[in-house]
Amino acid sequence: MYTQALDTAEAQSKPADTAAAARFQARIDAEQRIEPQDFMPEAYRRTLIRQISQHAHSEIVGMLPEGNWITRAPSLRRKAALLAKVQDEGGHGLYLYAAAETLGVARETLVDQLLAGAAKYSSIFNYPTLTWADIGAIGWLVDGAAIMNQIPLCRCSYGPYARAMIRICKEESFHQRQGFEIMLTLCRGTAAQKAMAQDALDRWWWPVLMMFGPPDAQSRHSQHSARWKIKRFSNDELRQKFLDATVPQAQFLGLTLPDPALAFDPETGHWRAGPIDWAEFEAVLAGNGPCNRERLEARRRAHDEGGWVREAARAHAEKRRAAKARAA
Amino acid sequence: MSADLSPLWEVFIRSRNGLAHRHAGSLHAADAEMALQAARDLFTRRGEAASLWVVPAAAIIASDPDEAGMLFEPTGSKIYRHPTFYEVPEDVGHM
Amino acid sequence: MSGICEQAVGGKVGSALTLAETPLLSHVLARADDALILGHRLSEWTGHAPLLEEELALANLALDLIGQARLLYEYAGAIEGAGHGEGDFAYFRDPPQFHNLLLVEQPNGDFAMTMLRHFLYAAFADPYWRAMVVAGDATLAAIAAKAEKEMAYHLRHAAGWVIRLGDGTEESHRRLAVALDTLWPFTGEMFLADAGEAALSDAGTVIDPAALRPRWEATIARVFAEANLTRPGGEWAPSGGRAGRHSEHLGHLLATMQHLARSHPGVRW
Repeated sequence: MYTQALDTAEAQSKPADTAAAARFQARIDAEQRIEPQDFMPEAYRRTLIRQISQHAHSEIVGMLPEGNWITRAPSLRRKAALLAKVQDEGGHGLYLYAAAETLGVARETLVDQLLAGAAKYSSIFNYPTLTWADIGAIGWLVDGAAIMNQIPLCRCSYGPYARAMIRICKEESFHQRQGFEIMLTLCRGTAAQKAMAQDALDRWWWPVLMMFGPPDAQSRHSQHSARWKIKRFSNDELRQKFLDATVPQAQFLGLTLPDPALAFDPETGHWRAGPIDWAEFEAVLAGNGPCNRERLEARRRAHDEGGWVREAARAHAEKRRAAKARAA
Repeated sequence: MSADLSPLWEVFIRSRNGLAHRHAGSLHAADAEMALQAARDLFTRRGEAASLWVVPAAAIIASDPDEAGMLFEPTGSKIYRHPTFYEVPEDVGHM
Repeated sequence: MSGICEQAVGGKVGSALTLAETPLLSHVLARADDALILGHRLSEWTGHAPLLEEELALANLALDLIGQARLLYEYAGAIEGAGHGEGDFAYFRDPPQFHNLLLVEQPNGDFAMTMLRHFLYAAFADPYWRAMVVAGDATLAAIAAKAEKEMAYHLRHAAGWVIRLGDGTEESHRRLAVALDTLWPFTGEMFLADAGEAALSDAGTVIDPAALRPRWEATIARVFAEANLTRPGGEWAPSGGRAGRHSEHLGHLLATMQHLARSHPGVRW
């Protein structure tokens, strides 16, 4: 919960209090949750604001690639399911913005950062959805990867973030199944449908593996996040979990993963992927993916064209309040 | 962009009659009616609610976490407030 | 209505269905088409709504309508008895085979246009479904019991926005007035019934939409008063949607909606 009553400038102005920092770390180590008005090191607050807002932006921008197929969904059942799924993503963005706001930053500030191109969001949403099978691939793979990431976040040390994630994980439980069902139906359908599914897998597979972020050796934020129990598994650990879960699913579908080097290591019991093209990841992150410009442009347009609506809502509320005050 | 700010509301849901309203989350809305409708759309998409409250976040007065020791720890030693403090022979049966 | 429809769909064109429409089938398809086309229009907003909270609201409205359409198409399939289902009716009919109101196929325009369109429709659909709960057709009455609660909420939500935009700022009032000028002529069609439908309402199977007009006018008057809107006059009152004579907009909507299903006829998705 976000309460403003105690919003003093407490954390900002205090000099680095080593005793308080030690007490803070001890609470984290004891698996206690941190709540909005509790003491927290400035770096912890900044880390959380960055991570939660990026997560929120990802949900909102993530509405666009799937939203691209709502008007063309090939059956009413699929249309309703897809619309409900994309709606959930909007809801999840809102839960996450609210969690970020408990750290003392306004949603408007975070949204402005996104629209100015100063904030990051998941690189995966900068890829285009070209066929209906992409909707299946996104649900199966992108949501599958997201779940790997999100389930441990339900135990994140920051209470509001953990609570938002619990709600999100509960609601998202249908998302991956929805995607897999689309893929399965296509794979059991006509040759054209199966080819559509294979093409989607070919295009989404590597970008999905990149979703977990750079290899542990190169990850800048991992160590702090682990110590603060914000992130409980490393990028590579999560990627491995995803790979082990997903390869058998692809086999079940009868699809071929576009990785000639993919092999099962009988000694470790894990699947090993071939080398990931991190140059592509860096390029997409830097704004040069296939759809970066269009995604941001769409969000900017919605924001700009909605300005007069938000203004009207506030003006009306203000008039009502004034009229009530006059009547009283 | 501060012109875009609309007030924050806290949302409480009663999942069914007989239970208390529980905090579900927060949202932004220009007025109470919008807040109630947004709460309905945001937090009750899966039959979670039989009743909704929205409360302006600014109206909530919270205790200071730095005073948690002063406020809540003194009660810890009053173990005589709990039934297990008292010894009753087993023969007496459930009490 | 049925006479015109039978002429319109007399021959199979491309991959479109061939339907022999009875008055009841036409009536049910018309209500289903209203819900589907309006739901589809609302779904076009996804990802582009003026405020994030409204993304959730618009999707909920759309999902209610798509759900109503699915139930009605299922019933249409039962009436027709030729093994057709929701997918056939939604995806394999051509524009002249759709019976929806011209109002619901009008483009979204800005948020004022979308919300006013929704208000004008909901102010009709809310009392319509409430009356249908006690009409003679048992299946329609069961669908109505669900739809009337949904449309009551739609009316509240849309009326709230009409008032908010009408009263809010000069800009929002101006946009709402433009929307009203654009959409008002299409409202008359809601209250028309053709000969087939008149026979159905005479028999008590369905209700006469004209009977809902006073109630609709009262809702309009109440909300327009709060929104500082003036009820337009004007002679032009286009109709024809119920008989399959649509505006140019429906063809584009259906081209988008149907293209994938039509490209792969007969498959499962």
